[in-house]
Amino acid sequence: MCETCGCDDPAAAPRLTSFPADAGAAGRSGRELLLEQRVLAKNDEQAGQTRQRLAARNVLAVNLMSSPGSGKTTLLERTVRDLAGQWPLAVVEGDQESVRDAERIRAEGVPVVQVNTGRGCHLDADMVDRALRALDPPAEAVVFVENVGNLVCPALFDLGEGVRVVLTSVTEGEDKPLKYPHMFAKADLVLLTKCDLVPYLAVDVDHCMGLIRRINPAVDVLTLSGLHLPAGAPGAEPEPGLAAWYAWLRARRPRPDARPRAGAAGRV
Amino acid sequence: MHELAITQSVVDAIVERTGPTRVTTVRLVIGRLSGVVPESVRFCFDVVTAGTPLAGAALTIDEPAGRARCRRCGAEFVADDVLVLCGCGCADVAVDGGDDLRIASVGLMPAAEAS
Repeated sequence: MCETCGCDDPAAAPRLTSFPADAGAAGRSGRELLLEQRVLAKNDEQAGQTRQRLAARNVLAVNLMSSPGSGKTTLLERTVRDLAGQWPLAVVEGDQESVRDAERIRAEGVPVVQVNTGRGCHLDADMVDRALRALDPPAEAVVFVENVGNLVCPALFDLGEGVRVVLTSVTEGEDKPLKYPHMFAKADLVLLTKCDLVPYLAVDVDHCMGLIRRINPAVDVLTLSGLHLPAGAPGAEPEPGLAAWYAWLRARRPRPDARPRAGAAGRV
Repeated sequence: MHELAITQSVVDAIVERTGPTRVTTVRLVIGRLSGVVPESVRFCFDVVTAGTPLAGAALTIDEPAGRARCRRCGAEFVADDVLVLCGCGCADVAVDGGDDLRIASVGLMPAAEAS
C-alpha cells in the first residue's frame, strides 16, 4: 500500500523542482483557466448529502478508525451484542479484501454490509452512501462504519458520519498520536484499548494521553480493557470502560433516549 | 496510498470542467498541513493522467504553510506541523490554514495546436 509511493514517510520524499517555465508558457500561448476548486469537493458534497439524509432520520453514524489490529471489530462485536434491543443497529465493514469482519458481525444478528476497497486504503463518501442505501437503517438507528485499518488515509475522507472515533491500543506504543497526528486531530473520541496489558508492556499511558491532548485538546478519551480476552478468562469481565463508551454514544444520538419524567406525557 | 485517490479526483474534476481539450499545465495547492504528500501526488500524476487529455501536462504544486495562534498568549506564527508549540511553551494552539487541497488553475492548449 503506502510503500508504493512512500506517502507515509515524508523523509523519503525529496523536494523536486516544479515547472514554473511551463506554466508561464501556457499563459502566453494557451489559455489559463482558473478553477479554484477543492480536490475533495465531490467526496465532501456526497458526505454532506449523506449527513443530511441521516439527520432527517435521527440516525447516528460512527466512523471507527485505527491501525489494523487495534480492536475495532472486537469492540463492535461486543458493542452490538450489548446494545441490540436498545437501539436499532447496523454496521458497514470496510476492508481491502474478504468478508471476514462482516461474518463476525452477522453472527451477532445485526444487519451488515461489507465494502471491499480492493487496492484502496480508505472508505470514501460514495462507498458509504452505497452501503447505507443497501442497509437502509431505520429511524433512530446507530450505524457503525468500520473504516479500513490504516492511521493515515481515512483521516482525510469525510464519510458523512456524525462522530469520528479513533482506537489505539497500548500494544502499538504511546507515540502513535505523534506519528499520525492528522488522524487524532480530527477525532471526537479516542479509545485506548487493551489497557489490561499495560503491566506487561514498556508503554507510558500518561505520555500517550498527553500527546493526544496536545494534538486535540477538546477530544474525549476513554480506556477499554480485556475485550480481546476469551470469554470467561480472568480480566475479561466486567469492563467499566464499556459503560462509558455506551454513555458517550447515547449522548451523541440525535434524539437521546426518552426518559419519561413522572407524570409527564411522552413525546411522539 | 490516498494520494492515488486524491490525484484521480484531481484529474476527474479537471476533465469534468475542460472536456476533451488538451491540458498542458496543472497548478495545485497542497498545504503543509493537508495530510497529503506532494511528492506522492507527483509520483501518481503521470500514471493517472496517461490516456487522458492531461497526459504530459506539467504539474506545479504550491505548498503554503499553516498559520497558528496561541490560545493563551495570542501569539501568531507559522506552523509546518499539526503538532505545534507556541514560543510561550503552551501547546493549546489553534491551527488555521495550511490545510488547503485544491486545484488552482489549468493551462489549456490553444485550439489551433490541438489536433
